[in-house]
Amino acid sequence: MNNSHIVITEGLVKHYPIGGGYFTALDGIDLQFGTGEFAGVVGPSGSGKTTLLNIIGSLDSPSEGKAVILDQSVGELSQKQAAHLRKKYLGFIFQTYNLLPVYTVFENVEFPLLLLNMSVSDRRKAVLDALEWVGLNDKIKSRPAQLSGGECQRVAIARAMVKKPRLVLADEPTANLDAANSHHILQTMEKLNKDLDTTFIFATHDDKVIKYLKRKITLEDGKVIKDEIT
Amino acid sequence: MIRFLFKGLLRDRQRSLLPSIVVAAGVMLTVFLVCYLTGIMGGFADFTSKFSSGHVKIMTRAYADNMNQKPIDLALTDVSEIIEKVRQDHPDMDWVLRTQFGGLLDVPDENGETRSQGPSMAIAIDMLTPGSKEPGRLTLDNILVKGSIPDSPGEILISDEFATKLEVVPGDAVTLMGSTMYGSMSFYNFTISGTIRFGVSVMDRGAIIVDFSDAQAALDMQDASGEILGYLPSGNYNGEEAGVVCASFNSKYTDPEDEFSPVMLKLSEQDEFLGGYLEMIDAVALIVVFVFILAMSIVLWNTGLIGGLRRYGEVGVRLAVGEGKGHIYKSMIYESAMIGIIGSALGTIIGLLFAYWVQEKGIDISSIMKGATMMMPGKFHAKIVPEAYYLGFIPGLFSTTLGTMLSGIGIYKRKTAQLFKELET
Ligand SMILES: Nc1ncnc2c1ncn2[C@@H]1O[C@H](COP(=O)(O)OP(=O)(O)OP(=O)(O)O)[C@@H](O)[C@H]1O
Ligand SMILES: [Mg+2]
Repeated sequence: MNNSHIVITEGLVKHYPIGGGYFTALDGIDLQFGTGEFAGVVGPSGSGKTTLLNIIGSLDSPSEGKAVILDQSVGELSQKQAAHLRKKYLGFIFQTYNLLPVYTVFENVEFPLLLLNMSVSDRRKAVLDALEWVGLNDKIKSRPAQLSGGECQRVAIARAMVKKPRLVLADEPTANLDAANSHHILQTMEKLNKDLDTTFIFATHDDKVIKYLKRKITLEDGKVIKDEIT
Repeated sequence: MIRFLFKGLLRDRQRSLLPSIVVAAGVMLTVFLVCYLTGIMGGFADFTSKFSSGHVKIMTRAYADNMNQKPIDLALTDVSEIIEKVRQDHPDMDWVLRTQFGGLLDVPDENGETRSQGPSMAIAIDMLTPGSKEPGRLTLDNILVKGSIPDSPGEILISDEFATKLEVVPGDAVTLMGSTMYGSMSFYNFTISGTIRFGVSVMDRGAIIVDFSDAQAALDMQDASGEILGYLPSGNYNGEEAGVVCASFNSKYTDPEDEFSPVMLKLSEQDEFLGGYLEMIDAVALIVVFVFILAMSIVLWNTGLIGGLRRYGEVGVRLAVGEGKGHIYKSMIYESAMIGIIGSALGTIIGLLFAYWVQEKGIDISSIMKGATMMMPGKFHAKIVPEAYYLGFIPGLFSTTLGTMLSGIGIYKRKTAQLFKELET
């Protein structure tokens, strides 16, 4: 196994049962991602981007082939092991932010750390650092409902980044944001990628995002049709 | 983590306040209903035992077979001997002589002609012996409407309603016409000392209370009595205790060959209807609890107040940050148990307060009971029983956790990725 690769897929196939038969959402994906990449999966709607990210994020398992994340083969992990992998090493950013509405900004960002047995003071420092990265130190006591869409997504980035994960998976992170906010959060993520050497994999069809990518993988009908360094 | 979840629970009213209220309401009703039903049954038993059945009753076997007709020709004889024996066997119980008999109450005018008359049921109790507990047991002081309690032989109390019908007042003379124990006609003159209100329509229609020695004289019952009633030391009816007393008495004194040998029956054996109901009390409590568990579980489950669809988003996020499914499921059950406990405590307190109020005040049903022939008090009182303190927690806790378990199965049934997808919509 190649240790410089954080994600490896080999002949990855994903079928979804529909009706009596199967729908093939991913059809033989062979990809490798190295530590510190800032890469994106692009392609038309329905091409399999989210499906690929879910498997890489150990939220779903392959029908055939392999997906190895940090030396662990997703298809062979138990629920518990998959949860452990996500807890320790992965961060997620969603199109719809998915902040917990009853908690403050601080608490939302703190949440992933509660699973990691950190001391209160270490947690506090980590949360404040993460909010500093996204520029939201002045809003720690606000509730998500009181924030703008851009601010919400920045909280979500802080939540994904607070435990300094090895890999961040971002599915259409700018779909609900205007141009200015999109650039702002992309610059934030670009900076975190540089400073912390975190690997980012995006799924997107937003040109604004694509401009920032250092590697662009194009999917069509579940197959990789292009993989280019930009 | 627990503190974090608890904080969220408190802040999310839909998850805490609403379910707590649903639970509290259900628990309140459970607690109240249990107290109320126990109170009603207890009220029946209490009233019947005081006026008619005792906790246990000794009769001749022949009398027992025709108990409803109060056949005084089948009365117990040598009662002083029997009562002596039972007082020895059960010194802490109270044993009293009672005779009930029917007759015609005749009101004469100044010429001795009948002015008015009506059929009457007489209860003979010991009113005159100093220290007799009988006047207190029947709370004569409380039910007295006009006049006074008899203090010398030949005086009787008469139902106030009956007195109005016969147009008599305290001080008037009446004649009770009946038959003696040996079947000959009997006429006995009494003076009305007071009128009373029983609060039970069967008795208010035509009952009188006479002193026991007057009855013995009127009915020619030397050392005889229709019945001997026994009251348990606690003053409250207890089927098991009464059963033990009966069994020991019957094995000792009953002769299956002799119709006139004494037999002892407990309250529930004397009145099938009441007996059946008394036995149902416990079952009723169980049924109430069970019905509420079911109803509340369904309500909580269906509205998805706890768990449910509303929280798939939260579940998705928690899965994404690496919380295990089992952990999430368990934490939701803890949450709902917490709500169950809080709601149950609240509901129990309110239910008990409400039950206490009905215990003290009573609900007046005498107007509904006007035509009833059953011996039933005109006022229902709830009774706070020890079970009421914890019984409500059973449906309260069960329904919340059951509701969550049911709605939470959704988490398990759904594939992780699928749950996650709910986030995107
Ligand atoms: N649970 C499922 N059951 C059946 N088919 C599914 C399921 N999930 C996804 N699909 C199908 O798989 C294909 C790929 O879906 P996926 O969500 O990966 O596309 P995508 O590239 O992310 O699209 P978009 O850009 O619209 O987000 C689609 O045709 C979709 O209908
Ligand atoms: Mg998608």
